[in-house]
Amino acid sequence: MMLGKLSTRLRRAGRKLLLSSGEFSAGPKSHARGTHFKYFPCEKQTVVGETQKLNMYQAINHGLSIALENNPRSVVFGEDVAFGGVFRCTMDLKNRFGTDRVFNTPLCEQGIAGFGIGLANAGISAIAEIQFADYIFPAFDQLVNEAAKMRYRSGSMFDCGKLTIRAPCGAVGHGGLYHSQSPEAYFAHTPGLKASRNAFFIVVPRGAMHAKGLLLSCIDEPDPCIIFEPKTLYRIAIDEVPVAHYKIAIGKAEIVRSGDAVTLVGWGTQVHVLLEVADLVQEKLGVSCEVIDLVSILPWDAELVCKSAKKTGRVIVAHEAPMTNGFGAEIAATIQAECFLHLEAPVQRVTGWDCPFPHIFELFYLPDKWRCFAAVRDSLKY
Amino acid sequence: IKYYSTGSSEPQFMGINNTFTNSIQFVNAENYEPIPIYRILEASQKTKLSEDEKLNEVYLKKMYCDMVTISVMDKIMYGLHRQGRISFYMTNTGEEAVQIGSATALTLEDTIYAQYREAGVLLHRGQPLAKFMNQCFGNCEDDGKGRQMPVHYGSKELNFMTISSPLTTQLPQAVGAAYAFKLDKKNACVACYFGEGATSEGDAHAAFNFAATISCPVIFLCRNNGYAISTPVLEQFKGDGIAAKGPAYGINTIRVDGNDVLAMYYATKSAREFCIKQKKPVLIEAMTYRIGHHSTSDDSTAYRSVDEVSQWDTHLPLVRFRLYLESLGLWCQKREQELIDSIKKEIFHAFGEAERKSKPHWRNLFTDVYKEIPDHIRKQMNLMEKHLEEFKEHYPLSSFTHTK
Repeated sequence: MMLGKLSTRLRRAGRKLLLSSGEFSAGPKSHARGTHFKYFPCEKQTVVGETQKLNMYQAINHGLSIALENNPRSVVFGEDVAFGGVFRCTMDLKNRFGTDRVFNTPLCEQGIAGFGIGLANAGISAIAEIQFADYIFPAFDQLVNEAAKMRYRSGSMFDCGKLTIRAPCGAVGHGGLYHSQSPEAYFAHTPGLKASRNAFFIVVPRGAMHAKGLLLSCIDEPDPCIIFEPKTLYRIAIDEVPVAHYKIAIGKAEIVRSGDAVTLVGWGTQVHVLLEVADLVQEKLGVSCEVIDLVSILPWDAELVCKSAKKTGRVIVAHEAPMTNGFGAEIAATIQAECFLHLEAPVQRVTGWDCPFPHIFELFYLPDKWRCFAAVRDSLKY
Repeated sequence: IKYYSTGSSEPQFMGINNTFTNSIQFVNAENYEPIPIYRILEASQKTKLSEDEKLNEVYLKKMYCDMVTISVMDKIMYGLHRQGRISFYMTNTGEEAVQIGSATALTLEDTIYAQYREAGVLLHRGQPLAKFMNQCFGNCEDDGKGRQMPVHYGSKELNFMTISSPLTTQLPQAVGAAYAFKLDKKNACVACYFGEGATSEGDAHAAFNFAATISCPVIFLCRNNGYAISTPVLEQFKGDGIAAKGPAYGINTIRVDGNDVLAMYYATKSAREFCIKQKKPVLIEAMTYRIGHHSTSDDSTAYRSVDEVSQWDTHLPLVRFRLYLESLGLWCQKREQELIDSIKKEIFHAFGEAERKSKPHWRNLFTDVYKEIPDHIRKQMNLMEKHLEEFKEHYPLSSFTHTK
């Protein structure tokens, strides 16, 4: 009882901490401790039409309000979403759409996921928020055993395709063990089952433009989706975001920068690290890197990645999550199977270490640009 | 608007309405009145029922027939499992009244989320015996395409969500579906069944609390049958059963004699009316006894005495209801025998048919993971196809249909 209360308090404190630190950060420079990356705004104009300069939480807020407006049978819920959310993604939605459609739930992640599945069973577009990806594990059973298997086990009589789970993920500078995790690999692989039984879509946007488009795609998908939003980008990631409804295809990766010497694969915040690495490599080693944003973890775009790997012959996969059994392992294994004769060097993984995500050691933990740069150099020398 | 201050003599703590006291008194069994058990069918069999348009002679007989059908089906299926003809089975013995009584009070508009010991509910809704058999065999006519273990029934048509093995996961889902009903202003509720063991799972807490705070028209229907596999209730909870948890969550609650089919009917009927009108949950704890083994993989004599079981066997819910029907002149020994004979015949026939049917095409292993088959799964399906071409003699392909 006491312990339970204490941990609730700590969690609340954690939320406060992250909120207040955000208050001061209009951009990377004013951030309390600076960030380990530089933000590269999205330059690709995906849709014709009016755009607006928005950061990622504002873009998500736009996406949510479009979804709520377009479909009266849609709801947004989770812990603290009614007042606007601890990251402000749901600002003003309650006032605009009513307490029946935008509401707080009790503090219970397994309940949030189960409740969302039930709504989706009944045909309601259920957009659930898990406050931090670190706290999605209590919902693991509902997501892995229930949401992911509902269509399959019922012979397609029932499904919960209208379920979308949003969860802030990734490093934020000072989030410690439970405000920093990147749990995508757990969901891309259900232990003890074949990966093919995993009926989720998992996506990770790298900025404002992608966040809105992917969110709207996930909401429309006929299968349950998890969208992990790198929380460090909420305020930093400012793009020209199309005002209208648009989608970004799930399952498709994107070549963010073309190159011919090394392929760099990442997702979320890491894409920006890799873009900086590409600059460094160009400057110091005089060769060009091809940077790929995987965008979608499951299903992932093996075709595009392998095509690039065959072209360059060298691949570095980088992610914040720990190395062992991280999603990088799946990518590396696929590349060696598909591109064996084209590879000039072993596929390398630059990732978080196989340790819990630490507080004061964060900058030593992350696969930052120098660790990625070193890997590129080693790969070129191989 | 209420303004909060600390100096007042009246408590002003948020979310609690009460008074201060200067005596130290812990609240528990010594000063708590356990929730009584509602029952109608008395031993004297002179019960006078309250007016109810549904409980006419025809319907009373249907209820009884369904209870007998489920109990006969269980006996036969259990035996056939022992012969190795199906891989698994779970009987409903002793809990027929919980299932049929509650199902009678619900309509097809009400969505059912079940645990696994509620086949009677599905039968009462109109599931043909052939469909039960098809599922247990996983043959090509099984709606579930042979993917789940036996007794994991489901029916879109009868609004009965497909059963899954993980316990209690259906509870918060039922709450979500109930909220959808509220949003859609449906004149229906969701009924969610589970055992007393399942309430120890975190999902039960989640569901009760969500249903109450978000205000959802769901009936939680707990079958408290004394055991969760080998674990007796004394090792499952220390309070006043499951019912006592209801008021703690702010849920209207009733405890019912689960061996009394009519008590189950009236309690569920009232719960349904309340749920739909108030858009709030109700908890029903049905007290009963699991007369059969937990499943075909369990021998319950390893943890409970034969005497204990036989004591309950004489109170079979079936017997109580039959005596009542006899007292009304609606039933007799001759009818009983005719009914049992015809059900047996029908079940053996359905079983034989289901056993003869081939299994679904092997490709159904790969479909429905997603709505559309993604590339990586299609690739794996093609790999399997190539493999089967080469090594077909090592797989039981002849028992599987060749048409998709």
